[in-house]
Amino acid sequence: MTYEQAAHFAQTGGLVLLAACFGLATIYALWPGNKQKFNNAARSPLENGDDNG
Amino acid sequence: MAVDAGVQQGAGRLDVWAIGAIILIGAYLTLWGASHATDSRFAIQMWTALVAFIAGAIALFGVLGRGPTADQSSRYENGVVKAGVVASMFWGIAGFLVGVVIAAQLAFPNLLYFEDWGWTNFGRLRPLHTSAVIFAFGGNVLIATSFYVVQRTCRARLAGGLWPWFVFWGYQLFIVLAGTGYLLGITEGREYAEPPWYTDLGLTLVWVVYLLVFLGTIWKRQEKHIYVANWFYLAFIVTIAMLHIVNNLAVPVSLGGWFSYSLFSGVQDALTQWWYGHNAVGFFLTAGFLGIMYYFIPKQADRPVYSYRLSIIHFWALIFLYIWAGPHHLHYTALPQWAQTLGMTFSIMLWMPSWGGMINGLMTLSGAWDKLRTDPVLRMLVVSVAFYGMSTFEGPVMSIRAVNSLSHYTDWTIGHVHSGALGWVGFVSFGALYCLVPWLWKRKTLFSNALVEWHFWISTIGIVLYITSMWVAGIMQGLMWRAYNEFGFLEYSFVETVEAMHPYYIIRALGGALFLIGALIMAYNLWRTATARDPAHVRATDIPAQAVAAE
Amino acid sequence: MWKFHKWFERHSLILIVGILVVVSIGGLVQITPLFFIESTIERVEGVRPYTPLELAGREIYIREGCYVCHSQMIRPLRDEVERYGHYSLAAESMYDHPFQWGSKRTGPDLARVGNRYSDEWHRAHLVNPRSVVPESVMPPYAFLARADLNTSLLPDHLRANRLLRVPYTDEQLANAATDARAQAEPLSSNAYDFEHRYPGAASRDFDGNPDRVTEMDALIAYLQMLGTGVDFETYQAEAPENTR
Repeated sequence: MTYEQAAHFAQTGGLVLLAACFGLATIYALWPGNKQKFNNAARSPLENGDDNG
Repeated sequence: MAVDAGVQQGAGRLDVWAIGAIILIGAYLTLWGASHATDSRFAIQMWTALVAFIAGAIALFGVLGRGPTADQSSRYENGVVKAGVVASMFWGIAGFLVGVVIAAQLAFPNLLYFEDWGWTNFGRLRPLHTSAVIFAFGGNVLIATSFYVVQRTCRARLAGGLWPWFVFWGYQLFIVLAGTGYLLGITEGREYAEPPWYTDLGLTLVWVVYLLVFLGTIWKRQEKHIYVANWFYLAFIVTIAMLHIVNNLAVPVSLGGWFSYSLFSGVQDALTQWWYGHNAVGFFLTAGFLGIMYYFIPKQADRPVYSYRLSIIHFWALIFLYIWAGPHHLHYTALPQWAQTLGMTFSIMLWMPSWGGMINGLMTLSGAWDKLRTDPVLRMLVVSVAFYGMSTFEGPVMSIRAVNSLSHYTDWTIGHVHSGALGWVGFVSFGALYCLVPWLWKRKTLFSNALVEWHFWISTIGIVLYITSMWVAGIMQGLMWRAYNEFGFLEYSFVETVEAMHPYYIIRALGGALFLIGALIMAYNLWRTATARDPAHVRATDIPAQAVAAE
Repeated sequence: MWKFHKWFERHSLILIVGILVVVSIGGLVQITPLFFIESTIERVEGVRPYTPLELAGREIYIREGCYVCHSQMIRPLRDEVERYGHYSLAAESMYDHPFQWGSKRTGPDLARVGNRYSDEWHRAHLVNPRSVVPESVMPPYAFLARADLNTSLLPDHLRANRLLRVPYTDEQLANAATDARAQAEPLSSNAYDFEHRYPGAASRDFDGNPDRVTEMDALIAYLQMLGTGVDFETYQAEAPENTR
């Protein structure tokens, strides 16, 4: 691999790859079916592990 | 119950022997180093470490003598968290104090430099200040809170018996060796990565154990889901390990000396260093402390985090983007321009997840804003998030090449760093410590909420003085450097720009002093809280699981 | 559907792998191309490895934390070029382990401070900065003039550098300690050999104290060579091989 090839990949492929990964994470976070699960997770530090009397 | 204790004792013994072996090897290596030292600086470091190892061995014999004693009054391991709280406060005050001293040195050089005491010069004290506040104060806050949070959110006792204590004391030894080393003139000469090669190696071992303790606790958890605060802590621990190892690759001149040559040189070294340097900000000073935000704000406000979905997006977006931002420290340098552009682009994009996180933290208070009036600790936590929002807006602006051409090399950068460091990292840490002390020492409340108010306002005024003076100074400096007179010549000599900084350096030192005073008030308040003679305030979850089951 | 993220949430090891993958991509994509070194660093004449005395001076520069207040990187901006000289080239720090570009100018840039001031000026300035620049906020370094330079380790220093592909010869390695002294003692018997081994390097009594070779000698020797290597009369900034 030459410098030009490496630099070219950095400016194109690397970016596309990252954008795709990020898109997947976003879709997952917004998927309607996951809503209840996240609500439970958000409450988890406040329930029975409560130290704040 | 008996079986459980037996298992614990067995595991405890194994820990003791393994840690004992590490201490023995460490003592042997330092003794070897001391006897083969090629310079007195290195010898002093080796003797210091040897004394620490001997102290560690004595303490270990103490543990061996009385057997591993887990605090049975709680289902969680609290001792090491308490130690972390004390260490955080101690190193915080030490680091702030050195900061005030070096700020005053720039304001009053005739009074505060001593011809025969080279170790008090700005160049040696400045790394002491940065390392003390970032790694000693910040690091201890992160270790203490992560050990606290991972136990509560996993509903599991800290894994590894005595190993958490190894992490704690190993980290303190790293701090002492690095700090005393700076005073002696021992440095690797790259900002925020200044500890020498042997200290770097020691820290690597401590850090791996830290990761294993944290992971081990997660593996023991009684919850299916891993709470998001732990994701941030995990990203912090793992990424810092990677950055630390790659950036500190070096060839020592000899095994009996402190000096080493970095593996990379020139432009490659510059990029590696700022890849490290910026992600020390991103993963040490941001991801780790966001872990604090995602646990302590919901806890103190007694409300779930505003949007758990947003926290997932926040997490991935932040770690996706941060790692690329380093080259904005190298605008207009000999770094190839495409790398600079990449750094700038990602830095600007970083604004979005940063503000997503800020919104998530602030909106957790929605419907309960009145608590800000009555609870100064919660206010401190929330204001820290506001400062986070402010500096993560300023940062992307400064990463734009045109802005950076003005701001780079000036005190604007120093002001920007401190709006993040004092406002965000400082206040979110203070908030967490104010929460932790009554929780850990089993007090109903803090000794004095009024003193928290004083701390809050004095420190806030200090921060405002600091960042506004550095903002004005930095922009003025940048403009003076590039000012031309009517004949087309540079208008100011360099030293005229130094002279112009004088009033702002005084204001900055004053701001820093106020911040230090606030921290001293806090230390007093926490001390009185911990040593109060009230009867212990027992919380439901402190009761051992077995006892609960028996009921 | 979307069960994959459960792995992250339920399995801490997979979460770690995910984190590592994400944070490695950025570093790999951004940093590794620079190690295809040829076109990253301009081909220029005149950049040479440090002499042993300069290397010792550089160690003192690092030890005293000079880099926290002085940059060594002139940006290609009109005012900087007029104030400090030609903008810095990547090639000029190719032997710098570590780089010392700096990030803050509490004091001025030093990338081309070499031969700008006399040795006497540097001496007076380092001993007491405010004696020559009244408004200066720099600390005093008088103790350097009183500290004898330890030259015994210099062969090891050169060896470590050579391990990192800095082109020192066997002869330079073997004579590192005597070369360091010879550069600061131009009338000594070794001075000729030194000049032969390091052609073009300045050789004089930098600290004005002919009886001793001190840390002051080393630091001034280092400062006086900074940025003096490349001949910008002949350097073609616009030549295709020099544009990146």
